[in-house]
Amino acid sequence: MAKLLGLRCRECGAEYELQATHVCEMCFGPLDVVYDQAALRKVVSRQRIEQGPASMWRYRDLLPVEDDTPVVTLGEGFTPLVKADRLGAELGLRNLYLKNDSMNPTNSFKDRVVSVAISWARAHGFETIACASTGNLANAVAAYSARAGLECFVFIPVDLEPAKVVSISVFDPNVVAVRGNYDEVNRLCSQLLESTPWAFCNINIRPFYAEGSKTLTFETIEQLGWKLPDEIIIPIASGCQFVRHRQAIRELIDYGLVRDDRVPALTGAQALGCAPVYNAFKSDTPERVLPVKPNTIARSIAIGNPSDGIYVNRIALETGGVVEAVTEDEIVAAMRLLARTEGIFTETAGGVTIGVLAKLARAGRWKGDEVVVAYVTGHGLKTADVLASVDGHARRVEIEPTLKSFREKVNI
Amino acid sequence: MPQFRIPGPLRRLSDGQMTVTVEATDLGSAIDALEQRYPGFKDRLLDQQGELRQFVNVYLNDEDVRLGAGLAAKVSEKDEISIVPAVAGGEPAN
Repeated sequence: MAKLLGLRCRECGAEYELQATHVCEMCFGPLDVVYDQAALRKVVSRQRIEQGPASMWRYRDLLPVEDDTPVVTLGEGFTPLVKADRLGAELGLRNLYLKNDSMNPTNSFKDRVVSVAISWARAHGFETIACASTGNLANAVAAYSARAGLECFVFIPVDLEPAKVVSISVFDPNVVAVRGNYDEVNRLCSQLLESTPWAFCNINIRPFYAEGSKTLTFETIEQLGWKLPDEIIIPIASGCQFVRHRQAIRELIDYGLVRDDRVPALTGAQALGCAPVYNAFKSDTPERVLPVKPNTIARSIAIGNPSDGIYVNRIALETGGVVEAVTEDEIVAAMRLLARTEGIFTETAGGVTIGVLAKLARAGRWKGDEVVVAYVTGHGLKTADVLASVDGHARRVEIEPTLKSFREKVNI
Repeated sequence: MPQFRIPGPLRRLSDGQMTVTVEATDLGSAIDALEQRYPGFKDRLLDQQGELRQFVNVYLNDEDVRLGAGLAAKVSEKDEISIVPAVAGGEPAN
């Protein structure tokens, strides 16, 4: 069954054949994959999904890869959804869940989108995979290109965290370190793609890439017993995944996978040091997102000119969610809070999400019984340096290897 | 004279030209001049209020004009104006 019909402009509705392009020639609007929904409605079922692999590919029917296309996979997705009772107790939430996407093969949510993007690109004859990245995407693109045996070019800001550079370089891609911030790297790549026959995961094959994000929400709902939560907290960089989570919920309802049709509140989280979407949300014109120059430790989500910003605000307002932002100190405090209460070490972007969760909870947003889910999208070792630079060792003692020394120094 | 760099999707409007040179002193009048030479550009770049469309980024010598003076930005002899489609991925129209 050919389930993919083509691409369609979200703004003006112009239709295109399936191809590696992301903007409408008529209005510059974004292009999205069009599925044969009538045909899918006949095959998609909870049972078919539950019998699938223990990875995000159990949702293959709802991803832009035809049935006979071999996928490039490292077993991404189907990450743990944990009930966070200890963190919940601190925040007054009795039904708090964390989707721990740092458990992916390259330790961030990006494995989902890259697995889809590279599967599509390989099937359509691309020999070189590229991306503009704040780090996590480059890490996933380098790993999955190695897995697929494809050439790889990753474009990163020159000042990327050392730990991220190591975990990209080990896969032996061509690393282009650009003397500029992510927005400048992105613009360079947007201009480059016209003169290279490459698949830029987050640019010209973005319509396919973006679809991978939906699986995070599909899984969360399945793991909640096919029940929709009351609210989901999502970190905002370009806003791309936020938009896909709204779409994922719509598909779950349309295909009859959930019985409920009460759409959860979708809430966005930004760092105040790079908060263009939050700034617009708080203003009188939430659909006018003005670019900013990023300055935050949450570099994996530091996009100053977020392409999907207006959609984030539209969806947040429509679903009863909000967009909130936290300070640098709140980010670090939230990373520690999550680690101390739940045993999960997240990167700074996860600190933003948990920071916003904590801020909203303490401000009384919830009564206590709501089902709230927070997406933890990357592992703490990626940004361990931010903890090394602050007082992280208050409970550390140094002793001689003797019982006497231990008894003198340690109170038990 | 300032020069526009035209992205692939818009080159049908400029007879395939990658660059177009115009005479102008600010970005707004440069877009007017581009429109006069190759009709159709203005509609693609500006919305009904005359502001830059959400999905269009314009860079004046590599600087995003929205971070500066916008359409009022002064342009001169050797300036390069790049039009770059924004990278967005909205939700499908249902």
